[in-house]
Amino acid sequence: MDLLKQASYLLRITRTHGIARRYFVVNGFDGALTMLGLNLGFLVSTPTELSVIISVCLGAAIALGMSGLSSAYVSESAERRRALTKLEAAMVTNLQESSHGEAARWVPMLIALVNGSAPLTISLIILTPLWLSNAGFRLPLSPLYAAIIIALMLIFLLGAYLGRISGVSWLRSGIQTLSVALVTAALIYFFAGA
Amino acid sequence: MISVKRVVLDVLKPHHPNALEFSQTIAEVGPDYRVHLTVIEVDENTETVRVVVEGNAIDFEAIQTAISKLGGSLHSIDEVEVQGGPDNI
Repeated sequence: MDLLKQASYLLRITRTHGIARRYFVVNGFDGALTMLGLNLGFLVSTPTELSVIISVCLGAAIALGMSGLSSAYVSESAERRRALTKLEAAMVTNLQESSHGEAARWVPMLIALVNGSAPLTISLIILTPLWLSNAGFRLPLSPLYAAIIIALMLIFLLGAYLGRISGVSWLRSGIQTLSVALVTAALIYFFAGA
Repeated sequence: MISVKRVVLDVLKPHHPNALEFSQTIAEVGPDYRVHLTVIEVDENTETVRVVVEGNAIDFEAIQTAISKLGGSLHSIDEVEVQGGPDNI
């Protein structure tokens, strides 16, 4: 609990709460849309073994996670260093030992963790029906359809969450992001299914 | 035993943590500290504040450490109130 409190404090003094939230939604959306695309691609192409589909999707999920982790760390480290240097110049003192110095070291890691874990976690949730089916569980519908439905639901929820934090209608915001997913699905059917 | 009852400090601090968090952290240094903070001047990245700390036996070093940890810089000690006597621990 203390660790969470400290993380929240560091994000607050650097005013990076919003950045972490934005990264979560943006990269979570990336993860969900990528999984949607992959599953739709497999659905419209020649039947493939479930284990192969899982490996491909898992590979993409891990790559998305690593990409999010590394890109956010590199960019946020540079941003935090720049902000700290600017503050040190204004304060005419070294702030390395202060909370601001601590934040400059820890905040990039926290944001990288959010940015990396969002697409990975969302992708893993979407892949659940494939795993369950591969493990022998009987599902009421095809695992690919189930994964696509979960992806669409998560995309709607991400939109609804955005709507909630921005103070606009969560339903409208959810439908907006869902529309993007449906357009993507239509494009995949049009190009990959042809 | 001599104990410090009150100090008035001139501090330069970043905007964050804000005045409330800044005061709370200083107040947490001692069990009976009362902190009164006044913002004197606000610049683009910093603000000058006047911090009054009152307590039964103020640990000045600990306050200074807390201020530094918060990213603040102690510019001057503007006022002090010190009491001597055997009962003032």
